[in-house]
Amino acid sequence: MNKVLVIAEHAGGSLNPATAKCVTCAASVPDAEVTVAVFAADGAGVAAQAAALKGVAKVLLVENAANAQPLAAVLAPQVVKVAAGHGYVFGPSTTFGRDLMPRVAALLGVPQLSDVMAVESATRFKRPVYAGNAITTVEVAPGSVIACTVRVASYESAPAGGNATVEKLAVDVPLPSHTRFVTVSAAKSDRPDLQTAPRVVSGGRALGSAENFEIIYRLAAKLNAGVGASRAAVDAGYAPNEMQVGQTGKIIAPELYVAIGISGAIQHVTGIKDARTIVAINKDPEAPIFEIADIGLVGDLFTLLPEIERLI
Amino acid sequence: MRKILVGVKRVIDYNVRIRVKPDGTGVVTDGVKMSINPFDEIALEEALRMRERGEAAEIIAVCIGPDDAQQQLRTALAMGADRAILVKHDGPVDPLVAARTLHAIAQKESPALVIVGKQAIDDDAAQTGPMLAALWDRPQATFASKVEFKGETLVVTREVDAGLETDEVDLPAVITADLRLNEPRYVKLPDIMKAKKKPLDVTDLASLGVDAGSPAQVVRWEPPAQRQKGVMVKDAAELVDMLKKKGLI
Ligand SMILES: Cc1cc2nc3c(=O)[nH]c(=O)nc-3n(C[C@H](O)[C@H](O)[C@H](O)COP(=O)(O)OP(=O)(O)OC[C@H]3O[C@@H](n4cnc5c(N)ncnc54)[C@H](O)[C@@H]3O)c2cc1C
Repeated sequence: MNKVLVIAEHAGGSLNPATAKCVTCAASVPDAEVTVAVFAADGAGVAAQAAALKGVAKVLLVENAANAQPLAAVLAPQVVKVAAGHGYVFGPSTTFGRDLMPRVAALLGVPQLSDVMAVESATRFKRPVYAGNAITTVEVAPGSVIACTVRVASYESAPAGGNATVEKLAVDVPLPSHTRFVTVSAAKSDRPDLQTAPRVVSGGRALGSAENFEIIYRLAAKLNAGVGASRAAVDAGYAPNEMQVGQTGKIIAPELYVAIGISGAIQHVTGIKDARTIVAINKDPEAPIFEIADIGLVGDLFTLLPEIERLI
Repeated sequence: MRKILVGVKRVIDYNVRIRVKPDGTGVVTDGVKMSINPFDEIALEEALRMRERGEAAEIIAVCIGPDDAQQQLRTALAMGADRAILVKHDGPVDPLVAARTLHAIAQKESPALVIVGKQAIDDDAAQTGPMLAALWDRPQATFASKVEFKGETLVVTREVDAGLETDEVDLPAVITADLRLNEPRYVKLPDIMKAKKKPLDVTDLASLGVDAGSPAQVVRWEPPAQRQKGVMVKDAAELVDMLKKKGLI
């Protein structure tokens, strides 16, 4: 048995979809027994959601008022305690996992494999480097705990249909007070979530202003799509930071990705390589985005978008 | 007065098109332009601005890398770092090794703040900052897009998946810099001249008591799967038609 501990990500009482993808990756470790650990102030609901995922053998619920917000410095020592006896510790390569998991790995005294995209054997993993322009195969020496973040865009969600037991656990470890949560300004929107939406429409620098970016939202609404943006569009203030797609933003894998007025810099393209179909609209026929687009359309977005809107 | 330690990694310049060697042992580096990791440049810029506002007195740039990495440290000195430390090591540096090295230096220098990039654009690992914070048993504020002093604490705005998170951390602390924290300054010629006279100490991992070994080893490199070349459509109608036929809309 290879015991794999998956650290659940959640907010507002809901399990983040990234966790179901982590479970799929964890279950692909040969001879895996997957346990999901939920750290929360009040986590019965989240634990029940994790227990319903197929492939999960057990859910450990660690409740503590200090776990109301996912602060890495507070969670990491608890994760280390719970990880005892496990050969693998996995978390998602979301900002939650990228913040927490290296802290856990360092406390465990082991290296971390970031953005695992394939499990080749119990000790062999594939992960991208150089913004996805090279793929490495990493071998971990036996006997070392294997700590990973999972590149969620590489995995399907574990389906429902599981019926794992939920076990409450008291973790007795001193927690630091040197790090304090103040606030999170999450823009509320009823648009589909960028990271899980089957369709995504993204706008780039070409939009020219936050007002003009409205036409991206309009097209997205018509398609029931999530909305993304290039770094240039975010830097210029046309779109908020959580919409950035790419090497240093979100890595997504929708069925349909529509890039509008985006040139196709490698740092952007690395975020959409796993999209099933990429559509590019750009007035420059030489734009690099056309090298990776499945369907390309050359023209001015300000005339094309209203036409497209009308036609769908 | 406060000292700030800044991590500076030498990486292939972000404009270079990366090519995997045909024998699968790495990527082509011969004759390729090397630069400071862009996120580390942002980290250094933030430290410089703190010193300019009187919030810090001394900035030390640290690089773990080959002899040639002195170039990147000279650039850091030209940007305005007060002194530099090169920890000589040939070959790849696992982030845990980097974190142990920075930890050893932090114990010697007792900085109020360590700022590193949120990730390096070569291994894209995004681990060094949080690992250092763990070993040092100090706070971490990752993906920072705004950092402000409030007495002996720092108020940090962080770019997280949900939006912007604000945390408060006590000093000493580790910050990892995100893209929108600032725009790094350009180096001017007189600064390059001045930088030549600034101290650059050279040491190595063994002298700091750090073992370079790692249980994780890259055994193969390969290029990513290529996407099939697509088709061009002539107008909006043809595009919408095609998407409908494919069942995508
Ligand atoms: C360390 C680092 C990390 C980075 N991380 C990311 C990242 O995560 N995500 C990301 O996106 N970028 C990232 N970048 C930035 C990236 O290199 C590019 O600068 C950025 O993606 C460009 O955004 P853009 O395509 O919107 O703008 P541009 O490159 O300026 O492209 C605008 C495009 O719009 C087209 N256009 C203009 N007007 C019209 C019109 N009226 N109709 C149709 N088309 C029009 C132009 O032909 C052009 O192709 C990173 C860069 C660095 C150095």
